[in-house]
Amino acid sequence: MGARKKNRPSQEVNAGSMADIAFLLLIFFLVTTTIASDKGILNILPPKQDPNVPPPDIKVNERNIFTILINANDQLLVEGEYSDTEGLDMKVKEFILNFGNPTDEEAVQLFNGLPPSLKALARRLPESSDDPGEAVVSIKTNRGTSYATYLEVFDLVKKAYFDIYAERVNLDTDEYRGLTGKDDAEVSLQDRGKEGIPMAISIAEPDKLGGN
Amino acid sequence: MAEPGISTASLPDIVFMLLFFFMVTTVLREQDILVEQKIPAATQLQKLQKKTLISYIFIGKPKNTALYGVEPRVQANDALIQPADIRQWVNQERDMLPEADRGLITISIKADRDVKMGPISDVQFELREADARRVLYASIGKVVKD
Repeated sequence: MGARKKNRPSQEVNAGSMADIAFLLLIFFLVTTTIASDKGILNILPPKQDPNVPPPDIKVNERNIFTILINANDQLLVEGEYSDTEGLDMKVKEFILNFGNPTDEEAVQLFNGLPPSLKALARRLPESSDDPGEAVVSIKTNRGTSYATYLEVFDLVKKAYFDIYAERVNLDTDEYRGLTGKDDAEVSLQDRGKEGIPMAISIAEPDKLGGN
Repeated sequence: MAEPGISTASLPDIVFMLLFFFMVTTVLREQDILVEQKIPAATQLQKLQKKTLISYIFIGKPKNTALYGVEPRVQANDALIQPADIRQWVNQERDMLPEADRGLITISIKADRDVKMGPISDVQFELREADARRVLYASIGKVVKD
C-alpha cells in the first residue's frame, strides 16, 4: 500500500477555488442583510390623563413659553411671527438663555456658572423667558402637518438644548449626545450639562382642522 | 530562488473569517414590513444602550393598496392593527421583558415621512394610555451643511 502511494502524484484537493466560493457566500450575506439601526430622537410623552381629574391649572407666564405652531400646509408660526426653520435653533437658544428676570438665587448662580459664549446670549428682553428653569418650548401641530416637518422642528429644538448642554461641559454637540451614561464619568458630564436647564419641550395635542 | 508573487493560500481563511463575522453579527429580519418606510432624516440622533427594551411600531401607507387602502396604517409585529389595539400590544411586549426593565420599555416609531400628524398623534395617545411613554422617533442621520 505504502509503496504504491509513493509513485502516484499528490492526492490533495485543489483548494484554489475555495476563496472564490467563500467570496460568493460573503457577498451574498452582505447583500441580503440589512443592519438594523436603532437611532432616533428620544421623546418622553406626558403621563396619561384621567378623564375624571381636570388637567392641573398651571399658571405659566406667557413670556416663559416659546410657541411654535405648524399648520396643515407645514408653515411655521414662531412666537406669533410667520417664519421658517432657518435659524430656529438659535432663536430657541436665545429664548432659553434670556435671563429676563431671574427670580431666585439659583438662577443667578446658574447664570454666573455659564461659559462666556452662553452668557453673551442673555439679552434680558422683557418679553422673553425669565430664566432657563421656567422656560418651556411648546410645539403645536395640526393633524394635517406632515411628520417630516414636525420632526425637523422637534430636531431643531433638541439641537438648541444639546448645544447649550455641550457648551457648558466643553464638548462638541455630537460628543455630548453620544454620552450614554455607561460609567460615572459620563453620567457626571451629562448631569453637569443639564443642571438647572431642564429640557422642557411640550408637545400639544394637534388640532383637528384641515387634517384627516 | 523563491517564486515571485504573494502567496494566496491564506486568502480563503481571511474571507471565511469575514464571512463568519457577518453571519454572527447580522440579524435576519423576522418580519415583513407591510407599510411604506421612507424614514425621515434628523441631526440630533441618540442611540439607546439596551436594544432589548425597544419595540417597533411601523406607520405608513400600506404597500398593498388594493388590500389595505391608501390611508396610513399601523403595523406591529406581523400585522396591521387598529390604534385601539396598541394598548394590548404594548402590554404583550412589556410582559416579555424582565420584571425590572418593564418601566423602561421604549417604543420606536418608524413612521414614513409622508405620514401626517393625525395618525401619529393617535398612536401617541394610545401609548400614553398604555403608559409606554418613552418614544423614539426612528430617523436616519442628516448631513448638516454649515
